[in-house]
Amino acid sequence: MDQHAKSISFVLNGSTTEMLVQTHENLVELLSRLDLYGARESCGQGLCGCCTVIVDDIAVSGCLYPAAFVDGKTVTTIEHLDHDVHLSPVQQAFIEEGAFQCGFCTSGFILMTHQLLEQKPMPTDEEIRDYLAGNLCRCAAYPEIINAVKSAANKMART
Amino acid sequence: MTIHKPMPAGQVGRSLPRLEARAKVTGRADYVHNMRVPGMLMAKVVRSTVAHGRIVSIDTSAARQLEGVFAVYTGEDIRKIIPEPYYGPAFHDQPILALGKVRHVGEPVAVALARDAHVAEQAAQLVEVVYEELPAVFGEVEAMDSKAIVHDVLKPAGTFPDLKHLHGKKNTNIALDFHLKRGDVESAFASAAHVFEHEFHTQQVMHTPLEPMVSLAEPTRDGLTIHTASQSPSFVRIEIARLLGWPENKVQVKVPHLGGGFGAKLYIKLEALVAALALLTRRPVKWSLTMEEQFYTISKHATTFRIKSAVDGAGKVTGRSCTVYWNGGAYADIGPRVTQKSGFTAPGPYDIENVAIDSYSLYTNRPPAGALRGFGIPQLVWAYESHTDLIARELNIDPVEFRRNNILREGRPQATGTAMKDAAIDLVLEKVAERMNWSAPFDRGSGTIRRGRGVGIGFKASISPTTSVAFVNIYADGSCALYMSTVDMGQGSDTAMAQIVAEVLQVQAENVRVIHPDTDVTPYDMATLGSRSTFHMGNAVKLAAEDAKQKLEAMARSVGAPEGSNLETREIFKKKYGMQAGNVMGVGSYIPTYKSPDSVTGMSDNITPFWMIGGTGVEIEVDTETGHVKLTKLINAADMGRPLNPHIVETQLSGAAIMQLGFTMFENMEFDAGQVTNASFADYKIPGIHDIPPDIENHIVLAEQGGGPFGAKGVGESATFGVSPAIANAIHDAVGVRLTDLPLTAESVLRGIRLKAGNPIGD
Repeated sequence: MDQHAKSISFVLNGSTTEMLVQTHENLVELLSRLDLYGARESCGQGLCGCCTVIVDDIAVSGCLYPAAFVDGKTVTTIEHLDHDVHLSPVQQAFIEEGAFQCGFCTSGFILMTHQLLEQKPMPTDEEIRDYLAGNLCRCAAYPEIINAVKSAANKMART
Repeated sequence: MTIHKPMPAGQVGRSLPRLEARAKVTGRADYVHNMRVPGMLMAKVVRSTVAHGRIVSIDTSAARQLEGVFAVYTGEDIRKIIPEPYYGPAFHDQPILALGKVRHVGEPVAVALARDAHVAEQAAQLVEVVYEELPAVFGEVEAMDSKAIVHDVLKPAGTFPDLKHLHGKKNTNIALDFHLKRGDVESAFASAAHVFEHEFHTQQVMHTPLEPMVSLAEPTRDGLTIHTASQSPSFVRIEIARLLGWPENKVQVKVPHLGGGFGAKLYIKLEALVAALALLTRRPVKWSLTMEEQFYTISKHATTFRIKSAVDGAGKVTGRSCTVYWNGGAYADIGPRVTQKSGFTAPGPYDIENVAIDSYSLYTNRPPAGALRGFGIPQLVWAYESHTDLIARELNIDPVEFRRNNILREGRPQATGTAMKDAAIDLVLEKVAERMNWSAPFDRGSGTIRRGRGVGIGFKASISPTTSVAFVNIYADGSCALYMSTVDMGQGSDTAMAQIVAEVLQVQAENVRVIHPDTDVTPYDMATLGSRSTFHMGNAVKLAAEDAKQKLEAMARSVGAPEGSNLETREIFKKKYGMQAGNVMGVGSYIPTYKSPDSVTGMSDNITPFWMIGGTGVEIEVDTETGHVKLTKLINAADMGRPLNPHIVETQLSGAAIMQLGFTMFENMEFDAGQVTNASFADYKIPGIHDIPPDIENHIVLAEQGGGPFGAKGVGESATFGVSPAIANAIHDAVGVRLTDLPLTAESVLRGIRLKAGNPIGD
């Protein structure tokens, strides 16, 4: 620990968490120290969306987000979505539509889809594409992802 | 989608979700990327800044003095553990860390180790290396007779008989030359009504799995455990044992899920260095590449393909010669296999009497090239299907009709002489034509938006002969597990193989537990590559399940159960062992028959256990003012026998086609003196959600693979084959411009349009 380490307190997936963080440490590194691996650093430039984390209700790229910045904030990761044991409608739809192959990018797509459906409960195909344009899937399960978003929207409209 | 009727027991042919689906949507799937073990050191390598040079000196003193650094090593340190530290599947040409010389920019030269990855990275930057630069060679054709020689002496690995003659060869960059001669191609050209000759190029691209390559080695009491994001755990174990002079059983290789592979994570990549470092430090060592570093580790071959065809007055191709140069980069990796295995299909899926093929694998001073989804086939199909289209246009014959007239039909000999079997090339072509509504009038657009359409079909032989082994373990409560070393990197092999076990044992596929590759536990498998697993491992799994079933039936008889009785499995065990105890272990081992090509003629009457067939049809719009190409329709069709899981197969088809779409339209590793100038997602664009055409269809033609498990065969690569030429053919159709180099950028389309209009754009 260098002299620039900073003590922070934040709400992580519903629980208050206190950590000592380095100034150069990013949010993905911090989460991995807490055994949360659903946000993953891939491109390291905030361009692929694999490291998506929700900070105060806004999706951010965890690989570009300094860990120290979550001090006093609320952080939600993919691991929180089934905290009551049940999968969210988005997660269910991703399974039913087969909207992933290797699964490495899936956390990011699911978190972004949640945010999209909060803002636009019945998005058009074009709105889905625009919203998810910052997430990359090298297996290219994009057609299935679009179907899953629409299916999740329908599931949520019914409930 | 065209699908088959489900199988009688209903487990094979079901579109059940992936077994690991819940783990993947909750962020909890295991990847080596996630792994940490107590006491682990992080490695960061120092990479060559020159393309070809002699190492004058390496100064690690400043790096070693940095606080928090555990150690800094060079190639000479590796030699203390491994005296001959050269690895590779085809040639033992790649040093674990450079020794004496570097052969490409980005080659690992030294390594820094620290508990903190940031410290290791900082230390790596403090290592000073002085090089004496040597002349470098970058182009594949240039490498044929270049004075710059990448390797002073060739060192074939000895695994492949057709490389033996290269042992000890000097003053050459040719890492394999494959030749095939059938009939008399020169006479065919001499007597032809028409002769066509073209040259095509493909560019170097990278797989960019989103989980960058990563390996972690731990020293154990009497050996090593390597956790690695690898497609070939059995090969890693054998190669590490060979390097260390150990028996195989001292090396354990474990592979969880992979965050994509596509051929990048094959054979041996990071494992040799982490193994050596774990032994040098007596600590666990993890080495994770960044996205940028991946571009310097493995790539897809750039190629030059010269193709020449003789055509008679009736539009029949009577002769074809193919000369293909493969840019293998600085280390052979599996390039020589690509040269041979793909080389013999270079004339395409056509019935051609006279054929000559010359295929060369070249060393250059670029980052190494190896396998990438298609194993060389997409590069070949790009050329032969562009060429085919050009011939048809020149002769004023409809491109689909021209293909129909020349297509390689069932029972007819392929270039090697092997008779085609269970290869529904004609069905794939007809399916594409039908879904394109090919015979109907086509709206060609107007004004500055011109529309065009095109098709491409290709085929691929399977790797052979290779072995797969599987165990099926039935426990005393009747539940069961499958032990296999096939790696699920997203293609769905866990699920498909569980379906095979379930079909045989008549249980639910969801209830079959699949044990991930662990060479201490799971048996040998050659590798997860080349769409081989469904056929090879599928057969081994089916045999293992059948063996378990027979053994269980024998156990039932031994405890006096009457023939055909419905005694529950748990009751059979209870009667046998007096309590819930014991196992029934079924074993399956599979290797297909094969005859290697004749060393002079390249001929063989049994060149492959099965053929993969893929076809693509596209409709596009070209903006004549900007050269921008918009894909409006994409039809994928494949013969992959009977689908084990139709939904996963569909995802594989569209996924493969979209990946190839990236290699066709924009992906391109750009170089400056051997350095990749766009090695990041900021500059190297891969397909995103906006690149997906609005209309995309996947079709599985009605076919069955003889000898395949439940009639199935592999499908992971098939939909890549036809994409590139289909789009180039459609561009030609739309605006009359023929592009012969990939990628098909808006700039090259616009240059073509302007050139044709007599108003060329200056450089």
